Amino acid sequence: MTANGWFQIGLYLVVIVLITKPMGVFMTRVFNREKTFLDPIFRPIEKLIYRLTGVDEKREMRWTEYAVAMLLFSGVSMAVLYVIERTQKWLPLNPQKFANVDPALAFGTAASFTTNTNWQAYSGESTMSYFTQMAGLAYHNFVSAAVGIVLAIVVIRGIARKETDKLGNFWVDTTRCLLWVLLPICVVGSLVFVSQGVVQNLKPYTTVQLIEPHTVQVTGTDSKTTTQTVTQQVIAQGPVASQEVIKEFGTNGGGFFGANSAHPFENPTPFSNFFQMVLIFAIPSGLTYTLGRMTGSQRHGWAVWAAMAFLFLVGVTTVYWAEAKGNPLLAGTDQHASASQSGGNMEGKEVRFGIANSTLFATATTDASCGAVNSQHDSFTPIGGMVPLINIMLGEVVFGGVGAGLYGIFVFVVLAVFIAGLMVGRTPEYLGKKIESYDVKMAMLAVLILTFTILTFSAVSVVKPYGTSSISNPGPHGLSQILYAYVSSTGNNGSALGGLNVNTMWYNTTTAVAQLLGRFFMIIPVLAIAGSLAKKKIVPASAGTFPVTGGLFSGLLVSTILIVGALTFFPALSLGPILEHLLMNAGKVF
Amino acid sequence: MKNNLLIALWFTLVTTVMFGVLYPLAITGLAQVLFPSRANGQLIERKRQIVGSRIIGQSFTGPGYFHSRPSSAGTGYDPTSSSGSNLGPTNKQLIERVRSDVQKLQSENPNVPVPVDLVTASGSGLDPNISPAAAEFQIPRVAHSRGMKEDDVRTLVQKHTDGRDLGFLGEPRVNVLELNLELDSLRTPL
Repeated sequence: MTANGWFQIGLYLVVIVLITKPMGVFMTRVFNREKTFLDPIFRPIEKLIYRLTGVDEKREMRWTEYAVAMLLFSGVSMAVLYVIERTQKWLPLNPQKFANVDPALAFGTAASFTTNTNWQAYSGESTMSYFTQMAGLAYHNFVSAAVGIVLAIVVIRGIARKETDKLGNFWVDTTRCLLWVLLPICVVGSLVFVSQGVVQNLKPYTTVQLIEPHTVQVTGTDSKTTTQTVTQQVIAQGPVASQEVIKEFGTNGGGFFGANSAHPFENPTPFSNFFQMVLIFAIPSGLTYTLGRMTGSQRHGWAVWAAMAFLFLVGVTTVYWAEAKGNPLLAGTDQHASASQSGGNMEGKEVRFGIANSTLFATATTDASCGAVNSQHDSFTPIGGMVPLINIMLGEVVFGGVGAGLYGIFVFVVLAVFIAGLMVGRTPEYLGKKIESYDVKMAMLAVLILTFTILTFSAVSVVKPYGTSSISNPGPHGLSQILYAYVSSTGNNGSALGGLNVNTMWYNTTTAVAQLLGRFFMIIPVLAIAGSLAKKKIVPASAGTFPVTGGLFSGLLVSTILIVGALTFFPALSLGPILEHLLMNAGKVF
Repeated sequence: MKNNLLIALWFTLVTTVMFGVLYPLAITGLAQVLFPSRANGQLIERKRQIVGSRIIGQSFTGPGYFHSRPSSAGTGYDPTSSSGSNLGPTNKQLIERVRSDVQKLQSENPNVPVPVDLVTASGSGLDPNISPAAAEFQIPRVAHSRGMKEDDVRTLVQKHTDGRDLGFLGEPRVNVLELNLELDSLRTPL
């Protein structure tokens, strides 16, 4: 660990603090339909969209209709993505003449991008046409992010409004989110990325004549090894920057290329890397301020923010420490940090990012439900790799996905005030609303369905041959690979321990099911709580009310998150990464 | 329900045209005008042939060239299948690959520990850089093979070393392709 590394991590947190209020205030104005400086540009487009699609912008919906509209939109757009993938051969902008995507992979990918997971069982540069990337995948980066954000807004409205069953109009919220919140930063941000070297073109791949041809050993399908001379390099191109920016800003995480943000064409410089990390936390962090502002308790917003920031710092410190320490099994290598190298465990990491920026990125991308990676988590040390896994297991509530992080932590807030209520023997209250049995049941339902999905699929995969045959790293690491796959899918993260071969019938189908369950069985209970809260009267705070501001509340919230996470996943973790850590230090290899 | 289904259909269509087609095309247009070289991958031309991209690594094996890091992209530095090795920290394949690479490299520089990035595969398999330490490690071999003075080679390495962005972001790094191209431009390759 170096002073410069810590300085970058500190600076990152400072930047996040600084953008939280402006982002939060701006989003409040957008969703309250107040005036913003962007109205002259977007208001006419907004009205045009309503006219073309038949939306009545004055009409508000109950939570059930809101949920139905959201499900219909997700269903229709998911079907369209599936069709685009299955017909890309006949569609335009396919200079590499890629075939149609096969059904299982197309379904898995459609589910994955619709649910904001962006789990990828393919490599973009060898599978997807430019049209599929733009109109199919990048498009879903926009809309799945918008859906997440508007659901968080509905939850906030549920808390803030009283004695009503109306929570807003799904189509209006989504449209305003797409135009006001996402589009402007994407336009500016994609040009920033191009200025750093992220490519943006529609050209066929470039063929390069190598200055030093070299020979390689190739093992053919008949498992005979032949020697070939490589004289050319084919460089994949594409409209990358326009997708890159929403990939992070919408916490989607699906790379244009297989190597994701490790690829020099997606993330060419340390500056582009820093910008990506800021984009990942920008909306989730801003939403905590929106929560405070819309509910009239700014200090509550900051208390939630503080709990998140604490868990973030604990996570990043652990990964940074573990990765900087390096891998004791690599004899004869110099892993010490110095002025001329970052040292540490560099397998799967890029030289330009080194240890500090690889571990910071890994923490941010799994705290949020982003899932973009600038280094390969599969090659992390056991403890270094365990932190991203735990981050997702905790429900991605450390800032979290756009919207998903806020409604995720809302579940834990409900549980925390419930526990506090039990301790003092009063009906729990949250910002003037009584939290009753229905609300707590719904919160527990969300927690239990996610846990059940992860553990069941993982358990089947580790005992059945169609599960274990995909493992690429034997020993305890194999369990980590499978566990990570279902944690990431259910949590809608999308990062992976990439060695696991997931492009099989079993994994394509089950991860898709896990993603759909993880997305919609989280959203629906949360919407139900929002609907229930909106109907309630405001109870004035009394001396017996547990305050949801200040350090005590933040501490209780952190404890609730950790206790639920630890009770659920500690046994699995101890057989995976913890065991591997002990064996690695004992010099054991697999 | 029926009304919302109709809206969902139209809404998908309209927003796909706006965000899936018009937006990326507009950005492509702007990028091609504002940053033509960067938007197209910073390709390097020599004698009217494209010899590489400034930010995509290539394999080098001859003793007169600086070598890149091991790569797991296809058969090595193949940008149509970017990938890390995804080998876990306790995987025998990783430990043995590193051991054999360390042995090979230490035959050039006996008893000097090998800078770790030189024997570990990058996340993308396309890393255009090595650390300054990894370049320093290779200077004796390159200088000897080309009949150059070590200090002259070191000067070239420094010329192709980028510091941290803005002085503090990321890590210092050496661009392998540009360094090797400059070495070749001094005299015919060996």
